[in-house]
Amino acid sequence: MITLDKRPQPSRLWTIATPLLAVVLTMVCGGLLFAALGKNPVVTIRTIFLDPLFSEFAWYYRPQLLIKGAPLVLIAIGLSFGFRAGIWNIGAEGQYIVGAICGAAVGLAFYPVESALIFPLMVLAAALGGIAWGMIPGVLRVKFGTNEILVSLMLVYVAEQLLAAMALGRLRNPQGMGFPGSRNLAQYPSATSWINESAGMHWGIVAAFIAVIFAYIALSRHIFGFQVRLSGQSPRAARFAGVNPGLLVLVCMGISGGLAGLAGLFEVAGPAGQISIDFNAGYGFTAIIVAFLGRLHPVGILLAGGLMALTYIGGEIAQSNLGLPGAAIQLLQGMLLFFLLAVDLLTNYRVRLRKSEVA
Amino acid sequence: MTEPLLRLSGLTKAYPGVVANRDVSFDIARGEVHALLGENGAGKSTLVKTIYGLVKPDHGTMMLAGQPFAPADPHAARTAGVAMVFQHFSLFDAMNVAENIALGMENPPPQRAIAAQVRRVSDQYGLPLDPTRIVGELSAGERQRVEIIRCLLQDPKLLIMDEPTSVLTPQEVAILFETLRKLRAEGTAILYISHKLEEIRALCDTATVLRLGAVVGTCDPRVTSARDMAELMVGAVLQAPQKADRRAGDVVLTLQNLSARAPHRFGTALMDICLDVRKGEVLGIGGVAGNGQDELVAALSGELRTKAGMITYQGRQIGQMSPNARRRIGLLAAPEERMGHAAAPDMSLTENAVMTAMTRQALTSYGFVHWARARAFAQGVISTFDVRTPGPGTAARSLSGGNLQKFVIGREIMQNPDVLVVNQPTWGVDASAAAAIRQALLDLAAKGAAVICISQDLDELMEISDRFAALNEGRLSVPRPAKGLSVEEIGLMLGGAHDMEVARNGREAKGARDAQKSGVSHVDG
Amino acid sequence: MDLSAINPILLLASLMVAATPIMLAAIGELVVERAGVLNLGVEGMMITGAVCGFVVAVNTGSPWLGFLGAAVGGALLSLIFGVLTQVLLSNQVATGLALTLFGLGLSALMGQGYIGVRAPGFTDLHIPLLADIPVIGPIVFQHDPMVYVGLGIVAAVWAFLTYSRAGLILRAVGENHEAAHALGYHVVRVRLLAIMFGGGCAGLGGAYLSLVRVPQWTEGMTAGAGWIALAIVVFASWRPWRLLLGAYLFGGVTVLQLNLQAAGVAVPVEYLSMSPYLATIAVLVIMRTGRAPGSLAQSFHASR
Repeated sequence: MITLDKRPQPSRLWTIATPLLAVVLTMVCGGLLFAALGKNPVVTIRTIFLDPLFSEFAWYYRPQLLIKGAPLVLIAIGLSFGFRAGIWNIGAEGQYIVGAICGAAVGLAFYPVESALIFPLMVLAAALGGIAWGMIPGVLRVKFGTNEILVSLMLVYVAEQLLAAMALGRLRNPQGMGFPGSRNLAQYPSATSWINESAGMHWGIVAAFIAVIFAYIALSRHIFGFQVRLSGQSPRAARFAGVNPGLLVLVCMGISGGLAGLAGLFEVAGPAGQISIDFNAGYGFTAIIVAFLGRLHPVGILLAGGLMALTYIGGEIAQSNLGLPGAAIQLLQGMLLFFLLAVDLLTNYRVRLRKSEVA
Repeated sequence: MTEPLLRLSGLTKAYPGVVANRDVSFDIARGEVHALLGENGAGKSTLVKTIYGLVKPDHGTMMLAGQPFAPADPHAARTAGVAMVFQHFSLFDAMNVAENIALGMENPPPQRAIAAQVRRVSDQYGLPLDPTRIVGELSAGERQRVEIIRCLLQDPKLLIMDEPTSVLTPQEVAILFETLRKLRAEGTAILYISHKLEEIRALCDTATVLRLGAVVGTCDPRVTSARDMAELMVGAVLQAPQKADRRAGDVVLTLQNLSARAPHRFGTALMDICLDVRKGEVLGIGGVAGNGQDELVAALSGELRTKAGMITYQGRQIGQMSPNARRRIGLLAAPEERMGHAAAPDMSLTENAVMTAMTRQALTSYGFVHWARARAFAQGVISTFDVRTPGPGTAARSLSGGNLQKFVIGREIMQNPDVLVVNQPTWGVDASAAAAIRQALLDLAAKGAAVICISQDLDELMEISDRFAALNEGRLSVPRPAKGLSVEEIGLMLGGAHDMEVARNGREAKGARDAQKSGVSHVDG
Repeated sequence: MDLSAINPILLLASLMVAATPIMLAAIGELVVERAGVLNLGVEGMMITGAVCGFVVAVNTGSPWLGFLGAAVGGALLSLIFGVLTQVLLSNQVATGLALTLFGLGLSALMGQGYIGVRAPGFTDLHIPLLADIPVIGPIVFQHDPMVYVGLGIVAAVWAFLTYSRAGLILRAVGENHEAAHALGYHVVRVRLLAIMFGGGCAGLGGAYLSLVRVPQWTEGMTAGAGWIALAIVVFASWRPWRLLLGAYLFGGVTVLQLNLQAAGVAVPVEYLSMSPYLATIAVLVIMRTGRAPGSLAQSFHASR
């Protein structure tokens, strides 16, 4: 009989080892899945996890890793504060969209004026847009006790409709021959987030690294990080320690909304280039996996973001070279999160095999 | 020769790092009230859970009425005639009495029939209970009645009662004992778990004493002195706390008609509480669980904000102040629940120190935490209060109840409060830790601080308080000098027997308040 | 714009159809939550049910077998959630989200060869006598059989929770799992069964979309219906009959906005399409909900 004994303290070793174990298990199960789809499992796994880094075309893929990873890390860092405090913002995708719309709208409003002030203004607008969208579930929870999970999620669907309305209406390129979608911001020097397009460098990547550093300091050294952790673990103890729960909800929703909004802007003004109906690629949802895979720790999130970007790019390679369906990659990502949650048990419990005796 | 009802032979149960029961053997006879005596952590709970089928022993056997008895689960135990009243009630707040009772029965009849049976049994044993009421709205004593009636409806051969009197007023205890004696006369055996020696002397026929998981002695409590039993139980002679002579100083804290709505559905509203607390005194506040203790602590600590004018501290209105603002001016508190309220179980002791000591010990600057300073403060608490732990980096949840409680109380005392509010400071704590905590509270008062000690343990309150007041349904009685208060007087202050008297007097429906005045039988012993 | 093109009888009749998928998913989740488990994976289970039902129905030619397949598919998927949260004690919120992400991927993969295919459908029932009542007949008594199966499930869940012993135990487990364990009830077993029932119902709801309402398979076709079902459970204060009300309210908003779109109201389609989600938020804010089950979303591990 298998019994679980709660450890007196979480195991340090397993805290680090469980994500690695989850990745290995995902590779094994993913391999089985690919075999079932009629692909060579070893080749497929290699294509997904290694080719982006080490194949002959790696010079092209490596910058892509940063481009894919940056929004994931940026959003996941924002989410990690709330998740630690037990505040579940599931609607980062919506905040990402609204941030992109607000930022792009500011940029497009100035077109074709060139000024060094335009991009900072767009950043500001995107952050405010994301914060505002994130504040809706926050304020509703504080004022009316509404479930923030459901509200933030509903707002994703609302944001998607808003995106479509914008791409087809207000923000549509007047010179676009009637095609949906806005002007290309990447080709508007004052508004683009590219620093060096050929090297795959844009401001979002810089912002992601800054966010990691700030989050690390806040969580380990600052009283705010302490209050966030305390609220998540023992809400009653947090109140006793003087934490204002409503304020914490607002701050956490604001941080995650703001960072998601920024991620949206850097994407729309760089890699994506324009506001279009299908501008959002699910980063807001994948970032949830990234946040958990990184154990809600800034450095872990950085690594997890890299790994998830790897599966995106590797998945694209596998799609074009091996004909692997795109959905299989989505499945693989879901599987990764499942395995992580499953092996997480080892951190807090000791698993023992015990013979059940007849007393 | 009469065979025993239940025979335990060599029961052993080990958990990682601790042997909860070590070779435990004893007999329980039919129609006997058998006391199981021991400190917190002596292994009483594990033993009764074994009998009730919740825990499987590693070794050893049980015989019930001559038959081998190894219940796989509580259903099997109940079918065999074993019933149990839990210390932490196994009740469901949002359900009504009849549903709760049905859940504890093996083959329950339809709800309507249960209601009729409840009425019959409650008449028979003088335990009034309305089967349609929602359990979450009942008082602690009434909740216990639900558990007892649930057991009685099964006609048990053996009734296990785990610390049944910890939630009762002295008057309610007296009535409970009458019920138990009635049951004994009908041939039911009762395994009665307690650490209250006088109660055991008054009620029980035999006592088995457990210490560190093993049986250390058996005695006849009717002829053994409480002192001797205490020595058996603790394994050493304990010193009573030293109460230094001290004089009450100026008023430091005033509550003026303090009222507050219940913070959640099954909470208690505070009503018109008036109180002056003076420097250098220990004010004891007694009361049965759920009569507003948590709410009063929350109103004082700042977790629950109150209207201006209700709380005055050193001349300032503090009803709207945050917990940390109150800490800054010297009003500290230690709530009842250690795990998850007074302390965060998954955090280290250092982090737990930051939780409340951040303000007064200057553990932060510009919002950045000085972890080295925090660690030093936690280490100070650990060494001053003899907290047994590997160090301040240990998670709070790995400490025993007594050690964590010493840390929690120590953390507040080390911050030199002017007023300290504690709730159940020694609940679930072993005797030596309890003695140390009481002494620390007395020492704090001797240094001139005011201590408000809220507790359900009347012996504790009588031991350390200068004045005594009682909370009953959110109202506070007028404080009286603790010296010279009799048990009856205390009991009446606590609310007497609540609505028990009504049933006894042939349901004259005069209400609980009248019942207090009518003749309440003395507490046996 | 021509509002007179909207026929109120047809509107009310299609309301019952629009409400059914969400009602099915929500009644399953209601049972799960009454057992003290919060499964946020309804969306994932629904879409998996949608594709399972579609695949089975197309290959067997029987919509009934399709619904059966959907229920089995949803239940199996929910079992992953059950094992993770109940046996491996993972966080229910995170696991539910993972289930949704996983289900979206799984369904997309399974449904690859089925895009653009038509599924065998039901013929609407024409309940004798009742269906011929003017006005009420067409609204209430002329639908496909799953509409009535859904109503039957709601009624059965209500009766189960209110009158049966098993329902009492399920509520007890959800209210206070420690106490239920102390009384000897198998908390984990009860919860696993509830989770699988929830998965099965979500599967049925999904299949109703792919087999009856649309009726086609497209990726991501549930479009948040699972999340709305979760919201309706909260709105219903965990009570079956109020859930029915919530589902019809939502169905009403959906149908009305579709009709307005068709009637060519001078509001862009996108803004009308937002309305069900905004209505859900509004309902969550306005309604004062009752008390959630006491042990909702807490992990249970029998300690010593």
